[in-house]
This record gives sequence, C-alpha cells and structure tokens, in this order.
Amino acid sequence: MKEIERPSRNNLEGIGGWLNPSRYGWERISYWFQRLTGVFLLIYFIGHVYETSTIVNGQNAWDSFLELTQTVWGHLFLIMVIGASTFHSANGIRLIFTHAGIGLGTPGRPDYPYNPTSLNYRQKSGIWIALILAAAAMFYGFNVLFGV
Amino acid sequence: MDLMSCLECNESIKMTSRTILKESQIMKIHYITGIAAVFVVALHIMMRLVVPFEQSLEYNYIIANYKNIVYVLILEAILVLISVHGFNGIRIILLELRQSRPWENMVTVVTISSMIGLIAYGTRTIIVANGL
Amino acid sequence: MSDTAENKNEQMITLKVYRENRGQDSGSHYDTFEVPYKKWTTVLDALLYVKSYIDASVAVRYSCRMASCGSCGMKINGIPKLACYTKISELETSTIECEPLSNFPIIRDLVTDFSLFFNHHRNMQPYIVAKDSNEDDTAKGTFSFYQVPEDVDKYLQFSYCIKCGLCYSACPTVGTDVNFPGPQALAQQYRYFADTRDESKQRLDIVDDRHGIWRCHFAGSCSKVCPKGVDPALGIQLLRSYMLGISKNDKVPAKKIEIDSTNDADGSVGSSNTE
Repeated sequence: MKEIERPSRNNLEGIGGWLNPSRYGWERISYWFQRLTGVFLLIYFIGHVYETSTIVNGQNAWDSFLELTQTVWGHLFLIMVIGASTFHSANGIRLIFTHAGIGLGTPGRPDYPYNPTSLNYRQKSGIWIALILAAAAMFYGFNVLFGV
Repeated sequence: MDLMSCLECNESIKMTSRTILKESQIMKIHYITGIAAVFVVALHIMMRLVVPFEQSLEYNYIIANYKNIVYVLILEAILVLISVHGFNGIRIILLELRQSRPWENMVTVVTISSMIGLIAYGTRTIIVANGL
Repeated sequence: MSDTAENKNEQMITLKVYRENRGQDSGSHYDTFEVPYKKWTTVLDALLYVKSYIDASVAVRYSCRMASCGSCGMKINGIPKLACYTKISELETSTIECEPLSNFPIIRDLVTDFSLFFNHHRNMQPYIVAKDSNEDDTAKGTFSFYQVPEDVDKYLQFSYCIKCGLCYSACPTVGTDVNFPGPQALAQQYRYFADTRDESKQRLDIVDDRHGIWRCHFAGSCSKVCPKGVDPALGIQLLRSYMLGISKNDKVPAKKIEIDSTNDADGSVGSSNTE
C-alpha cells in the first residue's frame, strides 16, 4: 500500500486542542483534567521527594524547610494537590474500567438521534463522582490544615 | 506545491522500531502501578492523620517512622509505583507531541533515566534516614 | 435581495467563511455573506447559495446532500459537523462560522486533504480476511458466509461509518500525533475483528503500537460528533478489552456454506456445508 513518507502537520489542532475542553462534553473535560492533574502531580511528586530528602541533613535543615512549606500558601498548594490526586485516582479507576470495555453498553443498531451508547450516564456520573470526591477531599484537607 | 512536506517528520508513517516491551505490556504496567499506588498513597496519607497534623511533621516523629520497616517498605513502594506511572505518563504525552525517531528515542532514554534517578534519590533518603 | 428579507417566512443569516488558498500561499481570511434562509435551510444550502449568487470561488466539497457520503464535513461554529445535516435554524447564533475540518491539511477554503486519513484506514486491513477463500469465490456465487442476527449486531453499527472525518477532526490525540490512526481507523479495526467472517490473526498486533490504540484516552469527542451513530469510542474500548485480556477472543468463525447450483427458487441453501 502507498505509505505517506512525511505526513503533513498543517492545520493540526496541536496542544490548543488538548487545552480547550469546552466543545465536546464531560468526557473531554475529564480527559483535560486527567492530563492536567497528572502533570501537576508528577511535578509535585518530584518536589516532594526532594523536600523530604532534607531530613537526612538533620533537624535544623528539616525545620527550615518546614518553615517554607507550612505557610498559608503552602497549605493552599497542598489542598490543590489533595484535590488533584483524588480526582486523578478516581477518574483513573473509571478510565481503567472503560478501557476494559466495562460500563459502555453493547453495540446495536443505531437509530435517530444517533446518541452514542458509550457516552452514557455511567461515564458522566463516574466523572461527577470523581469531581465530588475531589471537592470533598479538598474540604477535609482544608479543615485539617487550617485547623478549623 | 507539495502539500505533503513536513518540517519535523522524516520517517515513514509506520515506524516499526524494535522495542523491549510491547506497548500493551507497558500500558498494563501503567494501569497496575496506578491502582496499586492509590492504596499505598492512601496508607501514607493516613499516617499523617493518626496523630495531630502538626505533630506528624515533627523531626523525631518522622525519624521514628523511618525506623519502622513496614512504613519504609510502603514509602519505597510509593516511590517505585508513582515514578513508573508518572514518567510513563509523561512519555505518553511527549510521544503524542512530536513524532520522529530521534525524538522518540530521546523520550525513551530521558523518561527511563528520570524514573531510575528519582527512585535512586528517594531510596537514598529512606536508607540514610533509617540509619539516623 | 432586500425584498426577500421582508418576506416573513425568510430571514437573513450572516455566514462567515474561511478563505485560504494553500497553492497560492496568499494567507487566510474570513469572508462574510448575508444569506436568506428558511426553517429547513441547511448550512450546505447556504454555502451553495453563496456560490450561486454571491461568490462562486468559495470551494466546498459536497455530494449526496443527505448525510450519506460524508463529503461535506466542516467546522460549523467550531464543532465538526456535516454541512448538509446541520440546519441553520437549529444553530441559534446570528453568525455562522464555517471553517475547514481541523487535523486535515487545507487545500482551499473548506476543502481538505484526506490522504493521510485514508492511509490510516488502509493500514488497518479494512477487508475480510478468510483462509481458503477469496473475493472471487463470493463473486462467483459459489459460497456464502452464515451469520445470525446476533453475529451481525456485534459489528453492524461500526459498518455504518461514512468516512466523513468528523471524528478524526475532533480527536485530541490526532491533533498532535500524525502516526495515530484516529478513531475512524481504530473503530474499523474493531468492525473487522468482531466480524465472524474475518479470520485475520494480525488485527490486534497492527494497533499494538506506541502510536496505536493505546494513545486513545477516551475523550469521547469522536462519538460525540459522529453523525451516523457509529460510536467509534465504543469500538476502540471494546478492541482494547481484548488486548488487555478482559474479553476472551472466543469468536467462532462463520461457517462457509457452499451454494449448490441446484438451489430451490426460494433461495434455500444448497445441500452441502463446508467449514
């Protein structure tokens, strides 16, 4: 078969397509969030491994690093991390089931208005549950960190 | 005018490169590390909540945690699982962004070495702190 | 034209059409046209009105005008749609923006290049592969495959694909990865994989690639825009479930039934069956 040696990249949506979640419904929004939280959490994780490594330099080093992180901004950042990790985990579990073909319905004979069975209430409620769990975890984290 | 000209991609559309692991095997690892990480990270967070939060961050309390072999194993598990899952995720994102043999090889090398580097650095912290 | 606007059954809409000629490298711009429309006027009707009465140089691809050929795919108000299947009265904006489909190289105005899209489709072996038989046998009418309705239901909806390219345009992975086959090709891979007439052993290996099926993340945009209810996202996840080992590949190949030349007039099957 004729192969295309150098596929054209003109008119590709590019990263703009990844970053704009607004046009196609909740599943696209959850894709956007999953990517965003994933990258954010990896950056946090690298910083956290570095941050916790200060323990090997003794109590003074540890305490001075705590002064940096145990601030209002540090707590707010940690609340974002709590929300991101809860959403990423819950949505990730939903995605694992989806990638395994579970919760999508079965193929059939489509008829007008041709609503796709895969974008069903199970997927949308899974996304909403992930968002609500993330909000609840952030709320709980806020209570713990700010001692309310 | 050549509509098919491309500035970045010089390779044939089907790049059949030899790989150590098939993509399906890598993705199974990605899913398994993700699910396992949820459990161990939940344990890690609970450790910060069994005592008042401020106390859980005190130097002596943390060192005592590092002396507990079970906790040390949990931390090492988190380190390995999250590093593998996270850097594989970055590998996927970077592979989708650009396609050429040099770029893909670079992505593979950088993500695997970052994975190993982070695991090594974190393991060093655990071992040294355990000895303190 | 102004007297038509006073006709209370006819209103005017502003059509904003993307104009570019890649061959001449003259840059891009938008042209606006005032077009009369009725309750049933489609975007394609409006574009053909522009071509007929205002500016004949607007390039647009179309054919069947009834959502059957897949030629008139374009972005309408930012969302990939078939122009013949989109009524102006349902769009609820006073200006309608028509742009070429994203992720396809632009040739001119609303016409895009589908070569890479078709190439991805061809790479999927989009035909029945059956040992001990070939197309000539079925063409000669010497045998037929036996399928019950349940067998057909497994792949039928995916066979409704008209290759319009709307799903390819909506997919976020296609937006950056030129080696990703796209939802249409992957759904067609499932269409043949699920078909009991197909005996190819390579279908899963074709898509088990770092730019293959694993770069689908179920954003669902493909199924959202599909005009024929093909639901490519469903096909892709079902194919993936076989690759993950969740679904067992226990497909029973369709029986091949030799057609006796002395068939009864009512078309009943001949006397001999072959496996």
